[in-house]
Amino acid sequence: MWVYVGRRLLLAIPTLLGASIIVFAMVHLAPGDPIAAVMPAESSKAEIEATKRAYGFDKPLPVQYLVWLGRVAQGDLGKSIATRRPVILDVRDALANSLVLALSSSLLAFVLGVGLGLLAAFRQGRVLDKVASGVAVVGVSVPHYWAGIILIIVFSVQLNWLPAMGAANDPGLVPYLRHIALPTVALALIPLGVITRVVRSAALDILNQEFVLALRAKGLATRRVFTHVVKNSAPQILTVLGLQFGFQLGGSVLVESVFSWPGTGYLLNLAIFQRDIPVLQGVILVLATFFVLLNLAVDLLQTLVDPRIVRH
Amino acid sequence: MAISTAVLQAEMAAATPMSYWRTVGWRLARDPTTLVAGGVLALIVLSAVLAPWLAPYDPAAGSIRLRLAPVGSPGHLLGTDEQGRDMLSRLLWGGRMTLIAGLTPVLVAFVLGSALGVLAGYIGGLVNTLIMRTMDIFYAFPAVLLAIAISGALGPGLANTVIALSIVFVPRVVRVAESATVQVQGLEYIAAARASGAGVGAIVRHHLLANVLGPILVFSSTQVSLSIILAAGLSFLGLGVTPPAAEWGLMLNTLRQSIYVNALVPALPGLAIFATSMAFNLLSDGMRDAMDIRG
Repeated sequence: MWVYVGRRLLLAIPTLLGASIIVFAMVHLAPGDPIAAVMPAESSKAEIEATKRAYGFDKPLPVQYLVWLGRVAQGDLGKSIATRRPVILDVRDALANSLVLALSSSLLAFVLGVGLGLLAAFRQGRVLDKVASGVAVVGVSVPHYWAGIILIIVFSVQLNWLPAMGAANDPGLVPYLRHIALPTVALALIPLGVITRVVRSAALDILNQEFVLALRAKGLATRRVFTHVVKNSAPQILTVLGLQFGFQLGGSVLVESVFSWPGTGYLLNLAIFQRDIPVLQGVILVLATFFVLLNLAVDLLQTLVDPRIVRH
Repeated sequence: MAISTAVLQAEMAAATPMSYWRTVGWRLARDPTTLVAGGVLALIVLSAVLAPWLAPYDPAAGSIRLRLAPVGSPGHLLGTDEQGRDMLSRLLWGGRMTLIAGLTPVLVAFVLGSALGVLAGYIGGLVNTLIMRTMDIFYAFPAVLLAIAISGALGPGLANTVIALSIVFVPRVVRVAESATVQVQGLEYIAAARASGAGVGAIVRHHLLANVLGPILVFSSTQVSLSIILAAGLSFLGLGVTPPAAEWGLMLNTLRQSIYVNALVPALPGLAIFATSMAFNLLSDGMRDAMDIRG
């Protein structure tokens, strides 16, 4: 098993390097000169050249990549072209906000999705199962940014219960919760659909196995059978939970932009429109690293929970 | 000899009372959800195709005096937008853009992904490692992030949206195509065909593709709804189709500011995206069940 853990850790390195190449290449996909975009129109050629040199844009690409990678490895993501602040600071603040939002929406989706999925499996074919299937297909079909706008229309504009935009300016838990409530619900829709579906089918697979029949035949109470089923479908449930949390973290761009939630998605959006390439790269690189490490953790945790699974 | 063939045929006919596609059709006919989803989808696609003839107004022509007319206004069945343009006409025209922006990437991914995946699975070895490890790299990014990052770098426009989304979906199709190919290739009839002297081209065409394309097609169809949501989402962020064109995501974005004036009209473009993506999801679920494909 430790061999497997070691192998899996090693395999993450080329993935991360590959991701870093893609992130680096994004600068050169961009049309237009990132320097020219931020320099005042009246700046001279020499000034532009000097700025280019200062940011290292005058060297050949592979050299630029290695220099950049070396800095990134030391936690230096460069300086924002627009604000001149170190990118790492902006990304850190935004990441904290995104993490809170991802955690709250994941929690909501996990609790509802696992509960609904398990109940649906135990009530196969009944009303509750139909409701769960409905939730599952609506969850994965609904454009979550539109759902966010609908939530604003209903709870902010019509009912005037909750704020529509931004994070709380006032200190305290209650204003904070009031601000995070709507984005949490909007962001939870997709994982709710996915989790309900996966949990239902995982539990059904277990329920149809012979040992469950044996448990029932020996007269075990349904509640105890339930425990067995949950235990046996745990690895699959764990995987989907981990993956969905990762998607939440990277996939919140649209929801954050609807609610002006000051997270990584909002920062990314801002960077795109200001053509602030270092920030764009920094956000994506940090999120991708998080995502890869999270997938790694899920894989390892899965092996820990169920040592039979040694995936390659 | 002749008798034994006849007996064999009779036995086979008894064992397989219906052809595969007839069975699929039989199952579909008993699945009202899938039929309704298919019907709704046909209507949406048809209305998008026929938009130039169906739309009562020019989707780009607005009137300052008629801004944000409510749903059900005389002459404007679904109201007007923030520039006084007819919503029904814009929704019809917008469907074309959204469907093109959402379907093209999946189509590209289907063609390119099948080719790369079958290649990787059939040749194996170094080619397989090279293709599959490259695809793995794209899995380091959540789909939404990858799409936004690439189109953010490329800049706005329909073509860039299609490129960005194709990059999201190709690796997914490659994975499915590769594993299906490896699976089919291990089956005995491929070895039998090879032993009976069939060439590489014939094996790939008649035996491999014939058995692999079905699962790939079904998988690709499950990706359409996500592709539509993402395509409209990119326009919603201002990264996709550019104004003044009508596109559902873009319409949602420009109408967002008007929710305080008129709550129903801004909700319509999103409802259209929702209905389309849900119809695609239900249809592909139903097709998968009817075609008895797992996964």
